[in-house]
Amino acid sequence: MSAAQANAGLRVAPLIEARDLDVAIGSHAVCRDLNFSLASGERLAILGRNGAGKSTLLSVLAGLRPPDAGEVLLGGSDYAALGPRESAKRRGWLPQRHSDAFASTVLETALIGRHPHLGRWDWESKKDAEIARGALAAVGLAGMEARDVQTLSGGERQRLAIATLLTQATPLYLLDEPLAHLDLNHQIAVLDLFAGAARDCHAGLIMVLHEPGLADRYCDRALLVYGDGRCELGTCRELLTADRLGELYGHPLREVEADGRRWFIPA
Amino acid sequence: MPTRRRAALVLAVLALLGAASFAAALAVGSIPVPLADVVAALSGAPVDHAAIVLDLRLPRALAGFACGGLLALAGALMQVLLRNPLADPYVLGISGGAGVGAMLAILLGLATAGINGFAFIGALAAMLVVFGLAHGDGAWTQTRLLLTGVIVAAGCGALVALMLSIAPEHKLRGMLFWLMGDLSQTGAPWIALGILGAALLAAMPFARELNLLARGHDTAQALGVDVRRLRYAVYAIASLVTAVAVTSAGSIGFVGLIVPHLVRLAIGNDQRLLLPASVLAGGALLTFADMLARTVVAPQQLPVGVLTALIGVPVFLFLLARHRQ
Repeated sequence: MSAAQANAGLRVAPLIEARDLDVAIGSHAVCRDLNFSLASGERLAILGRNGAGKSTLLSVLAGLRPPDAGEVLLGGSDYAALGPRESAKRRGWLPQRHSDAFASTVLETALIGRHPHLGRWDWESKKDAEIARGALAAVGLAGMEARDVQTLSGGERQRLAIATLLTQATPLYLLDEPLAHLDLNHQIAVLDLFAGAARDCHAGLIMVLHEPGLADRYCDRALLVYGDGRCELGTCRELLTADRLGELYGHPLREVEADGRRWFIPA
Repeated sequence: MPTRRRAALVLAVLALLGAASFAAALAVGSIPVPLADVVAALSGAPVDHAAIVLDLRLPRALAGFACGGLLALAGALMQVLLRNPLADPYVLGISGGAGVGAMLAILLGLATAGINGFAFIGALAAMLVVFGLAHGDGAWTQTRLLLTGVIVAAGCGALVALMLSIAPEHKLRGMLFWLMGDLSQTGAPWIALGILGAALLAAMPFARELNLLARGHDTAQALGVDVRRLRYAVYAIASLVTAVAVTSAGSIGFVGLIVPHLVRLAIGNDQRLLLPASVLAGGALLTFADMLARTVVAPQQLPVGVLTALIGVPVFLFLLARHRQ
């Protein structure tokens, strides 16, 4: 991030800001005194072992569960002050799991993303349907609008959830394992899609990832969650090293470089 | 997703179905009344059998429609609240509580008003007990609510069985009829109809939010629904509506379970259409079933709950078989 961008970020309130954040799951500390902010167009990866609390931290950032201490601000206001509807216009959240108790079409499911933009008595308009169709096309689900969600494969359901998020059209996306169930080609397509949203629409991104190489390729900064209350935040270039990631995952890693990109493979 | 015009069309068709069920309920019986006379009687003309139509059949048809609508509305709301397609208005023990109250009132030899009063108090007590236990420390998961409700219902069932087994012979028939659901003893149908209308009006502004709630707690919250408040409201409305239905007609089975499913199969799961459509379809079904209940083996009357279950069981099995494919 250049100094000019940093100054611009200071003048307007950041998209999201964590202040002295403590998050714990029962007696297990996820992070203590976490402070960071994310400006428009910035991309942050959250990395850590299974069970370290990455998803819990992300749901705190999304305002879905309260922090144990500290606060989360969206554009300078906390979730309680914004209320659920205004919050939903400012941040979108991609859940890790999708369960569909009732039958519903793919298009209907994508259209629920329009909810915060509609008044109480409004019905989804043609324009809303166009937005939803565009989002479905963006994730490669064009032509499947009438399919029942309960018949989709895991990867298709994941892409539908991403389309719903794009339909919500928020300036900040919080993604919990956006690559779950996806093939390699769709993994890159989805990351390219969100990278494009960050570049062209100045969307902010925070995503939980499992592949440090992809975090290095698609994110500016990384937050390492060690699972014992320790968190490290820094640029991907500085923070993502074989030694540090080896400690993070509890397994030695080797860094290899190909086509100017860094990858980390288990030793 | 239905358009507004399609929703209006579906509701108009169901309203016609409701009117047809009323026509059947007013015309058919031990003394058949021609439809022309039914219309004349309703408009106040002095025709033969006007008293039968207005004083006997009309209140009963209105009560049937109200109870059917109440149960279908409660069922649709419970299925969304619990995110469980198998939920029905009775799954959280409200009818069990009402049953305990009603059995106690019959054992004590109270009149209809006393039975209704005791049933309503029992239903409210069960509702508060389930809410209090499931709410507990504030963690209010669907599973916990469902399990608490099922356990309370089981406890109430045991109490009802206990009272049935110690009841004197001459009271047993009344008790069984109450438990199976029966429209012959209903009091003022206008109260139930008014509550039905009020509950539907209270639920409709939140219909799109209910669509989101059906997709999960966190998803709904992330998309801008105040989930906590909405779930309390849905629980309160669904429970009260069930309590009113059970109080006026006993535990009529299957209407609350199958009507929302039938409507869902026909028109999808958009609550903006599903809720009013379920009310109309449930009302029509129960009015029609009650007409059959008092005519099939006339002059003997069957409890209407037996007929709804007899219609409901094969329909539901068919739905389950279809769902598996």
